Amino acid sequence: MLDQDETQYSRVKGDQSAMAGTIYSYTLLQEPPLGYESQAPYYVALVELDDGGLVTAQLTDIDGSVQIGDRVEMVTRKLTTDGPQGMIVYGYKFRPAL
Amino acid sequence: MNVSIIGAGMIPVREHWTKGIRELAAEAAGLALEDAGTAHVDALYVGNAYGAAFNQQTQLGSLIGAELGMNGIEAFTCEAGDASGGVALRTACLAVESGLVRSALVVGVEKATDIVGPARVGARTISLDADLESVHGLTMTALAALVMRRYMHQNDLTLSDFEGFSVNAHRNGAVNPCAMYRNRLRDGAFAKAPMIADPVSLFDCAPDGDGAAAVVLVESDLAADMVPQPVQICASAVATDRFMLQDRDDPLHFAAIGKSFFGALEQAGLGRADIDLFELHDAYTVMTALALEAMGYCLPGAGWALASDKGSHIALDGDLPISTFGGLKSRGNPGGATGIYQAVESTLQLRGSAGSNQVPDARRALVQNIAGPGSTVVTHILQRQPDEA
Repeated sequence: MLDQDETQYSRVKGDQSAMAGTIYSYTLLQEPPLGYESQAPYYVALVELDDGGLVTAQLTDIDGSVQIGDRVEMVTRKLTTDGPQGMIVYGYKFRPAL
Repeated sequence: MNVSIIGAGMIPVREHWTKGIRELAAEAAGLALEDAGTAHVDALYVGNAYGAAFNQQTQLGSLIGAELGMNGIEAFTCEAGDASGGVALRTACLAVESGLVRSALVVGVEKATDIVGPARVGARTISLDADLESVHGLTMTALAALVMRRYMHQNDLTLSDFEGFSVNAHRNGAVNPCAMYRNRLRDGAFAKAPMIADPVSLFDCAPDGDGAAAVVLVESDLAADMVPQPVQICASAVATDRFMLQDRDDPLHFAAIGKSFFGALEQAGLGRADIDLFELHDAYTVMTALALEAMGYCLPGAGWALASDKGSHIALDGDLPISTFGGLKSRGNPGGATGIYQAVESTLQLRGSAGSNQVPDARRALVQNIAGPGSTVVTHILQRQPDEA
């Protein structure tokens, strides 16, 4: 799906408005790692992007059930906080397509 | 390879609250050296994955060497996530095969239970991609769940289709004194197990445990004169895949399992049917199904069916015995020690000294240790050493 030289990292630095896709697989995680306890349980998914490739991320703004094949779009969200100063780590999640 | 196991030892996988990492390692090493009838080795290779994250302890080679009184010995840690034990064994094989090291002690050790809850779950994520997986709150169990959900979707399966893997592991672990959870699964228990990351339930995944296991290696030519039943390592192969599921052409095809397995068969000059038993990396039930597919024991999408009929095909007296001492699921998953537990268990099988866990007439065993979702795969093939070797 990916060219060897086209990493996911370079892709997500690009135009986020174009980032939409469908759910390839998902799970509802019950046992969170440190720093994510307040969000648990939360959905994580592999999303198949419309322009090709899979991306790993949380699902957010879920109201109801999730199915493989559901349409989702990328949004910027707080992922966690880091270190004693509580520095906010921002990143991408996917929400149901509006 | 001209490398043989002349000593093997393991301690029970437990929550060893009164023992630290050095005591666990020394205990297993002592058992292996005693079994080999020797006190001296040229080198010590340690398999450990999470010493830095669980115990704030690195440089285990020197630490454990000193604990064993082997001052001055060549000693270092080999790390590849949950495949650390496997790569430590691989490193020892290369060292002995090269002739630069005449005898090697390999110790797999993990001290996991000093931290609990989210701290331990988080510490284990150090073997995932920090920038693109862990930062999103992913865990290894979540990755296994993503694989299992997709596998069920594509093959139209239900949870009960995976039950036989877990039933078999606990059936074998129940009679293994070193297993962490020595309970058989009662009828209906699998279906009622609480979800960890659906569809992965408590009974799909292996428990973290403290443990240590060790083997002693020498050249096969020497082994025959040192112990009555040396076990030869006839193949050793490591392969890696694109690190993350998301970067693979097919996330349900674990290419590194196939590459490592077929590489090992070629080295040994063996065919698939020549293997009598399998210690696979059954950290999750779906992993066993996908490993059997990648190794060609069934067609893609059909691995789950080998667990049918309560796992009778994969039982000790089945066609394809798997997890003969309980596997990761029942014996437990002591991280970087797991690969050495697998080697010790296979050694006992091939000596015919596996007791209640014995596979009848076992001549060759396959040991497969995996990190991440098939990101690093280590395969060894062990056999009863022929008299002329």
